[in-house]
Amino acid sequence: MHLARVVGTVVCSHKDARLSGVKLLMIQPVARDGSDVGRALVATDAAGAGVGERVFFVRGREAAYPFHPVDVPTDASIVGIVDSMDVVA
Amino acid sequence: MILGRVVGTVVATRKDERLLSAKLLVVRPVSPEGQLEGTPLVAVDTVDAGTGEMVLVVSGSSARMAEGLGQSPVDAAIVGIVDVVTMS
Repeated sequence: MHLARVVGTVVCSHKDARLSGVKLLMIQPVARDGSDVGRALVATDAAGAGVGERVFFVRGREAAYPFHPVDVPTDASIVGIVDSMDVVA
Repeated sequence: MILGRVVGTVVATRKDERLLSAKLLVVRPVSPEGQLEGTPLVAVDTVDAGTGEMVLVVSGSSARMAEGLGQSPVDAAIVGIVDVVTMS
């Protein structure tokens, strides 16, 4: 899983039916010090996250698992909101 | 998923039979502000997108979960047409 910051929202009214009711958020992957890494992407939200929060997300086929048994066509899902982090190295 | 803009179409007469009747579009990745960036990719369209529209592209094995793709040999699918992106 990867760390990211929620930086925006995406609205699609015409989309795959299984994406209906699923929140789409723009996220910016970040390093452990909070600095941006790579490009922003769109993720489905499975944790109730909001703009400005630090989250962790899962990529690939596993991104659909939080929505089981619905096969949501997503390759990135937010699965947790970070309360705090302790990094020693 | 990434944001992209549809910049063209692809026609292929000879292709895997599971791609028959699949609509293939050329998509350029874009920034949230709509700036074109990165190299173009070919994606199967499942939502009737058209040239010039900003779309949502799902990549990798997840692309096969898009409507009607089943076991098709596909690694990029358009699954939504973007109305608006709000950045804060």
